[in-house]
Amino acid sequence: MSEPAVHVDGLLKVFEVAERDEGLKAATKSLVRRKMREVRAVDGISFEIEPGEIVGFLGPNGAGKTTTLKMLSGLLYVSGGEARVLGHIPSKRERDFLRRISLVMGNRNQLQWDLPALDSFELNRSIYQIPRPDFLALRDELIELLEVGDLVRKPVRQLSLGERMKVEIVGSLLHRPDVLFLDEPTIGLDVTMQKRIREFVGEYRRRHGATVMLTSHYMADVEALCERVVVIHHGRILFDGDLAALADTVAAWKTIAVALENGAGDLSGYGEVIHRDGDLVTLRVPKAETARVTARLLAEQEVVDLNVEDPPIEDVIELVFARESVE
Amino acid sequence: MRTEMQAQFQYRAATYMYLLGMVAEPVIYLVVWSTIADQSGGAVGGLTAGQFAAYYIVWTLVRTMNIVFTPYGWEWRIREGQLSGQLLRPLHPIHYDVAQFAGGKIPWLVYYLPIAAILTVVFHPTFDVRPAEIVVFAVAIWGAYLIRTFNQSALGLVTFWTTRVGALFSLYIVLELLLSGRLLPLTLMPGWVQTLAWLLPFRWTFYFPIEALVGDLSNAELLAGLGMQLFWTLIGIGIFSLVWRHAIRRYTAVGN
Repeated sequence: MSEPAVHVDGLLKVFEVAERDEGLKAATKSLVRRKMREVRAVDGISFEIEPGEIVGFLGPNGAGKTTTLKMLSGLLYVSGGEARVLGHIPSKRERDFLRRISLVMGNRNQLQWDLPALDSFELNRSIYQIPRPDFLALRDELIELLEVGDLVRKPVRQLSLGERMKVEIVGSLLHRPDVLFLDEPTIGLDVTMQKRIREFVGEYRRRHGATVMLTSHYMADVEALCERVVVIHHGRILFDGDLAALADTVAAWKTIAVALENGAGDLSGYGEVIHRDGDLVTLRVPKAETARVTARLLAEQEVVDLNVEDPPIEDVIELVFARESVE
Repeated sequence: MRTEMQAQFQYRAATYMYLLGMVAEPVIYLVVWSTIADQSGGAVGGLTAGQFAAYYIVWTLVRTMNIVFTPYGWEWRIREGQLSGQLLRPLHPIHYDVAQFAGGKIPWLVYYLPIAAILTVVFHPTFDVRPAEIVVFAVAIWGAYLIRTFNQSALGLVTFWTTRVGALFSLYIVLELLLSGRLLPLTLMPGWVQTLAWLLPFRWTFYFPIEALVGDLSNAELLAGLGMQLFWTLIGIGIFSLVWRHAIRRYTAVGN
């Protein structure tokens, strides 16, 4: 059995932050006696990611997603526990390790601001010691995949946010990393650009077999790309498994959207009415009851249209956060 | 290095403005000391107005060459989280800084030449230079660059512990002004200052390169000077490496 690409066991990250009340009196007092508070940004998480897997990290702001990625990419030292990526301890920041990973963070510039992206790509080739034929082949492939051919000759500062994000991604992948950490890569981008980047990540992984860890606020990112999702909140893992299994485990209901012929009467006898808009009613029913309720509606009501759906994944995730544990 | 050269050539006007601003400092010193020399019977401390002119014109070239990434730059980089991008690469940030600032020197030297020509025409420096001095000078200006790089970068790492690096840097600059030959030739300083200057690295970042070209050092003294620059460079690398090992553990990657 091959070694996991990412192995995390009891990972802990604690920050010490200074805090004080507002005002001059409190500021003066803090000169003499500073009050420190311990923040457990990551609180003993454990998981493994096999080579070639693509895993989504979901969690609200401050959950510990980005801190986890930063520890796994070697930016932060761990406070406790163990982390290994491709067999390396990330915080040692060995050259062989850094050559095989990439961390792409939304809204971050790693390219030279004043120069065309092509010049920055050349700099990266030199830093990562990429053989020229390999570099040119992958560079051209990435430029074509992300459709940035007409952007790479312009100074990076003249590109829009979405254009800059695309060329940043090209720059981050030129050394063909085996592990790709994507921290909210679509943040701030329009819908078209988000879709483009998702398609690209999927295609890159398919072509090069990279292992991908992705954090995002956007469910569409996770649903489009991730077979497996890890839900993290307050530094702890609440769920780790299939996205579909998450819904099955946490949200044991389905929604039935039914459009009726001549106005809806009282449908509360069929299930919980969660939305009503004229003739259109949405019901929430226990999963086990779905078939029976659907049959009753069709038999007893004048149904124009009926849709049975799994609960929106956003609702499921919110439920996970609210419960803060998943059995 | 090549990338920085390209970046510097993009901003010609800005570079010229910066160079002209930098030249103001030595020109002020030059005018003051030349005036004092003229009024003191033609020389001060054995240096004529022409020799002062030579000293400060070469000073401007040395100053151009020993501009480095300052502790303020480290402070910004750490506080804003900009260090993260560099830590993700298989290249130590100091390697990047050394190459980046070294690359910037080449276009700056090109921009500097007309300024040097004007200063020469205006102030009539006295030059009596041997080929060996030119060779040693060409090496010494890079030695000065490396010593300042590692000293100031080590100082910049203090930001991992405190935000007060500005105060420490101010102290560093004061010491450098007095002990490096930046303010005035060290031969004009009191004896105890000259002794102290021998014991610290500052002398080798300004005075030695200038003296190598416009002074009257023997070949043995020139080589010994290069040896001292190598010594202080290695000390600087050692201190930087030691501090870095402890400092990087405290990085919190804030800002992004």
